[in-house]
Amino acid sequence: MKLRSVVMPMVAIVLALIIGALIIKALGMDPVLAYTNLAIGAFGNIYGISNTLLEATPLIFTGLSFALARRAGLLNIGAEGQLYIGGLCSVLVGAFIHGLPMIIHLPLALLAGFVGGGLWGWIAGWLKVKFGSNEIITTVMLNYIAIYLVSYMVSGPIIEPPGDMSQSPPVLHSAQLPYLNAGTQLHWGFVLALIMAGLYYIFMWHTRKGYEARVVGFNPDAGAYVGINRNQLIYLVMFLAGGLAGLGGSGEILGIQHRLYQNFSPGYGYDGIAVALLGLNTPIGTVLAAILFGALRAGGNLMQVAAKVPLDLVYVIEALVIIFVASEYLFRRVKLPKFNLRFRRGIERSEPL
Amino acid sequence: MSAVSLSSFIAAFANFVNADIQTAMPILLAATGLIFNERTGVVNIGVEGVMLMGAFAGVAGSFLLGNVWLGVLVAIVAGGILGLIFTFLVETARADQVVVGMAFNLLGLGLTTMINRAMFGLNTTPPRIDSFHPVNIPVLSKLPFFGIAFFTHTYLTYLAFLVIPLVSFIVFKTNIGLVLRSVGEHPRAADTVGINVVRVRYIAGMVSCMFGAVGGAYLSLSQLNFFTEGMTAGRGFIALAAVVFGKWSPVGVLGATILFGAGSALSYQLQTLNSYISSNQLLLTLPYVLTILGLAGFAGKAVGPAASGKPYIKE
Repeated sequence: MKLRSVVMPMVAIVLALIIGALIIKALGMDPVLAYTNLAIGAFGNIYGISNTLLEATPLIFTGLSFALARRAGLLNIGAEGQLYIGGLCSVLVGAFIHGLPMIIHLPLALLAGFVGGGLWGWIAGWLKVKFGSNEIITTVMLNYIAIYLVSYMVSGPIIEPPGDMSQSPPVLHSAQLPYLNAGTQLHWGFVLALIMAGLYYIFMWHTRKGYEARVVGFNPDAGAYVGINRNQLIYLVMFLAGGLAGLGGSGEILGIQHRLYQNFSPGYGYDGIAVALLGLNTPIGTVLAAILFGALRAGGNLMQVAAKVPLDLVYVIEALVIIFVASEYLFRRVKLPKFNLRFRRGIERSEPL
Repeated sequence: MSAVSLSSFIAAFANFVNADIQTAMPILLAATGLIFNERTGVVNIGVEGVMLMGAFAGVAGSFLLGNVWLGVLVAIVAGGILGLIFTFLVETARADQVVVGMAFNLLGLGLTTMINRAMFGLNTTPPRIDSFHPVNIPVLSKLPFFGIAFFTHTYLTYLAFLVIPLVSFIVFKTNIGLVLRSVGEHPRAADTVGINVVRVRYIAGMVSCMFGAVGGAYLSLSQLNFFTEGMTAGRGFIALAAVVFGKWSPVGVLGATILFGAGSALSYQLQTLNSYISSNQLLLTLPYVLTILGLAGFAGKAVGPAASGKPYIKE
């Protein structure tokens, strides 16, 4: 089982890269040049590596967000919106509260992001409990609402005077995440993401609530039978999932951007879904998958410049990886006799719409 | 109210209905297709990506072949292929429907953006392509209110006016509809009476994606006349909500999409009416808020086809 759960994603990645190469070729560009630059951009030197980890940081947060909800049988497609709200709340604290020492200000700004994103996720949980609204649809709708809300805020209520540009005032130094390594942009948000992966593990596998979440996620009927309060669990799980994604937004704002802009996320929330699926909703898997996708993104920039292959190839590769991992049944006919246990623990069938 | 202001109110309302129909139509087409799919027990979360690929295929087809109808045809073919792949993955490869659906959304965004840049470059001015234009129907377009509201649309809209009642008829009044629904409710029973469950799902999946793709092409060829990256902006998900909201029936879905379309039409009209409203971005959230309210107002009474979400495995 262990081997299979490592081998399958590997096979999926290789197949996806091959098909990606064929697409590049079909569009009249050079796949070898593209992938060479992709690799150099991602791992070629200290800047490449730190860019890879930098790009991986928000993906770890949003990946954990999806994974946590998925373990509990919920589909949180709303990490994108939760991330925006997290960024917004962090800026409200980080740019508008003055006179606090860093040791208070920074944790407070992070907490604001966590709570803001958490409440945004909680809304979808509340709609599900109270009205039976499918969380896939409500979280997607909430994404658009959050994105427009942030656009509204930075072009009106919290615009930086005199108001020439749609952006918030800068985050004070006392609320900025420090850089890990002078000379690169990698900041403490990456470490925070790793800590969250650890806390996710502890919550899911070493607490009562985490255990209940997994029981309900595995079999809702069994959960009801042993007296688990599913509604309460939905609130908790959606809050925590939203909070993780919210921290992703905080990390972007307090660590790199240092201001709030409209459309500051290029889809980190959606990419988190791919990250969690590839990582089989495990903490280590999610971190590794985030680093892989971070590498694709970091390298993708150089690829775009040097080989003229649009960065959006990354989406195609991500999509193909997901499809291959999900179609594992087809590959199961290729015999690996000693490892015939289920590897798809993390991607149990979801309940229908 | 004086006669002048009444007539201008009617004119404004007719324009509003006209705009409502235009904004609702892509969602309505996609949602109508989803009915086929979901009636057979398959939920395609990837309809957003399918619409996006349809939107691009339509523009690419019209650009390369020089005729907007051929563009629509290309979109239909693309939709059919996507439906075939989707059904293969979820039925034959037994992959999770939600997972594959999300992958389709990513794939749609990535592929269309890549090919768009390869074909048209990073131009600020979109290429000129053959697209649909509003056509006034003789006599009918002169009717008060109804003329502006219903008879000054594009040919693609008129075609949709005809196709959607036809779908309603097929699903509820014919044998084909009965087969679809039996596969969605109780595939094993359907199998016992000699219905090829998997084949029905393949066909329904392809038809469904064709509708989704045409919905996308409506966006790029009838509402606008170009493709922009990510232009579907959540309409696929609104279509999914509309199917639940409309209780899996074409008439219900029609009502739901008209409601959501009204949200968009209203937000645009309010913006043009009042340029002082600085909260434009807040108005833009209206269709999404309406969708949530619509779904919540439905209070969990929606019960979908019984066998939804699972592949059929013959024993």
